[in-house]
Amino acid sequence: MSVTELEFEAQTAEAAPEQAIEGRSQWQLTWRRLRQDRVAVISLVVILIMVVIAIAAPAFAALAGHPVDATYPDNGLSGAGTPVGPATHGFLLGTDGVGRDLLVRIVYGARISLFVGVITTAIATVAGVSVGLIAGYFGGAVDAVLARFIDAVLAFPYVVLALALAVVLGPSLTVIIAVISFFSWAGISRIVRGQTLSIKEKEYVEAARSLGAGPFRIMFIDILPNLLAPVLVLATLYIPTAVIFEATLSYLGLGIQQPTASWGNILADAQNFYQQAWWYVVFPALALLITTLAFNLLGDGIRDAMDPRTERIFAARRKRRRREQGTPLAEGELAGTSPGGLPGGGA
Amino acid sequence: MSNPSADGDGDMLVRVENLVKYFPVTGGGFIRHTVGQVQAVDDVTLSIPRGKTLGLVGETGSGKSTLARCVAGLIPITSGTVTFDGRDITNLPRRVMRPVRREIQMIFQDPYGSLNPRRRVGSIIGDPFAIHKTATGQERKRRVQELMERVGLNPEHYNRFPAEFSGGQRQRIGVARALALRPKLIICDEPVSALDVSIQAQVLNLLADLQDEFGLSYLFIAHDLEVVRHVSDAVAVMYLGRIAEAGPRDPLYTSPRHPYSTALLSAAPAADPDAAASRQRIILTGDVPSPIDPPRGCRFHPRCPKAQAICGEQEPVLESKPGDPSDHVTACHFPVEAGEQLAAAGRRETP
Repeated sequence: MSVTELEFEAQTAEAAPEQAIEGRSQWQLTWRRLRQDRVAVISLVVILIMVVIAIAAPAFAALAGHPVDATYPDNGLSGAGTPVGPATHGFLLGTDGVGRDLLVRIVYGARISLFVGVITTAIATVAGVSVGLIAGYFGGAVDAVLARFIDAVLAFPYVVLALALAVVLGPSLTVIIAVISFFSWAGISRIVRGQTLSIKEKEYVEAARSLGAGPFRIMFIDILPNLLAPVLVLATLYIPTAVIFEATLSYLGLGIQQPTASWGNILADAQNFYQQAWWYVVFPALALLITTLAFNLLGDGIRDAMDPRTERIFAARRKRRRREQGTPLAEGELAGTSPGGLPGGGA
Repeated sequence: MSNPSADGDGDMLVRVENLVKYFPVTGGGFIRHTVGQVQAVDDVTLSIPRGKTLGLVGETGSGKSTLARCVAGLIPITSGTVTFDGRDITNLPRRVMRPVRREIQMIFQDPYGSLNPRRRVGSIIGDPFAIHKTATGQERKRRVQELMERVGLNPEHYNRFPAEFSGGQRQRIGVARALALRPKLIICDEPVSALDVSIQAQVLNLLADLQDEFGLSYLFIAHDLEVVRHVSDAVAVMYLGRIAEAGPRDPLYTSPRHPYSTALLSAAPAADPDAAASRQRIILTGDVPSPIDPPRGCRFHPRCPKAQAICGEQEPVLESKPGDPSDHVTACHFPVEAGEQLAAAGRRETP
């Protein structure tokens, strides 16, 4: 019902002739709604910029003329041996404790952070969805074993265990990815299992069985598409968690090792200089903050965009915007609330 | 439509013999154990003639849908046998059952729930071809579009999602999917009860046309007696997991012998107000008893206006009563006679 309304709205809004035949998928509708959400769009842009920066990290190094591992004891450190501040001697964000260009270090750190965040989330999502689907669809003893295993993984004091594993296996990128993935899939599994339990009772699953479909076809062709929405939201929210996790491990000295740059190990070194060099702490922390915030806000935006009820909010907003003929939204909201004279107006 | 002359062993596509389906009721906290059985279907014997329609009626909870799922092989059977086209298909393993699935298809009640909302119609209707690997690529698309055209859908809507169709159109999609593999039997589980009346007629006529065209047999489940009368050659009335009465359509509708069928027929609204005014309605008292603990003897006796002592003790046999054709069977100790007024406590004149 609501979807057909949306459909109608979508068609009238764009009036593209081929839309009359080609149906709009759930994803197209979600994308439309996501585009209405300023916060989500800004977050997406920020993330894309971060990705571009990470990919173009060597270009930054070349432009600054400072290779990532090069130390500049002459002009990169003050007489007292402390880092120099932003915009001195050609170091845009200053230098680090041994006189390397902080900007280049942070840009290279973005590579590690985003790589670890995306790879671990991908591994955790594939593992989590598979385990959750199998547990939920087969039920019985399979479910009992897998569900208890999920509970067990979720019950681990993961930071302590991650530290122990990193110590035993030795710090390396592979170990970090393995450890973070291992502690991330269980949450996704639990959600997927719950959804599978309810979806497998749907008549269209029974219809597939009556056609002779096997369990794996039903799981991946009939059930999985109905799970993708919550999984996508979860995955988007898991990326910043993984980024933070990597930074935590590196900060504690058990993640990415010097001289490879990572936001975590830059911050770990920075704590020796925080009284003399504020930039040394602030800029890597800011990079971490902006990245995780952007992913979190984008995840929230996707979740809202997937929820058909949100459409009404956006429709009302569009209507108001149209009525006010291009008046900026914030002013429009203020104008809308102040005549009502409500104390604490609508915040 | 003509009455089946199938007395005895005629040309039956499906034979269901002494079918029993109990669902265990589990209880307890940490350790699950069975505390009872829902006797959803209890000792049902019926058969579906080739190319004909068997209507199955009964109120909610009488076991109609469970029986349908047992025949379709979707749920394991507790005991009894299902024979399809001369072959015993009772509780076959999935791989052995696979070829049989091409012959038995289902149409479901809920046109919203039975189509996957995230898949395009073309891929939903193409599913049978994909699962049984009978057609791929352009060939599959061509056959899907043929099917869509046959059931009255626009083949250009191949790429649409189910949400973009009305209830009646969605049910046509379900019909197209069931028809894809040219089955011999289609089990229709209340295929029209979710549709409004004008759409019901369209879908019923479509089903009738397809039956003529492809020689299909239907097991047609409904609680709407007029719908069943319209489509069926033979009718079986279920009550609490058992067959109360079964027989060719016309004798069963004009002179029902089981007090339950009589009450059920009297409760159906009539389209003709004059006929409605002249009818007597038999209002049954009480609720359907729990299938976990069904009444002893005749399952209908606590609500039956004609019940006597024997009804609570002895299970009536499903047999042909004196004066009835041999294929009209009734499970009752005191079958209703023609013209008899059922003097039920709750009887009243139709206003």
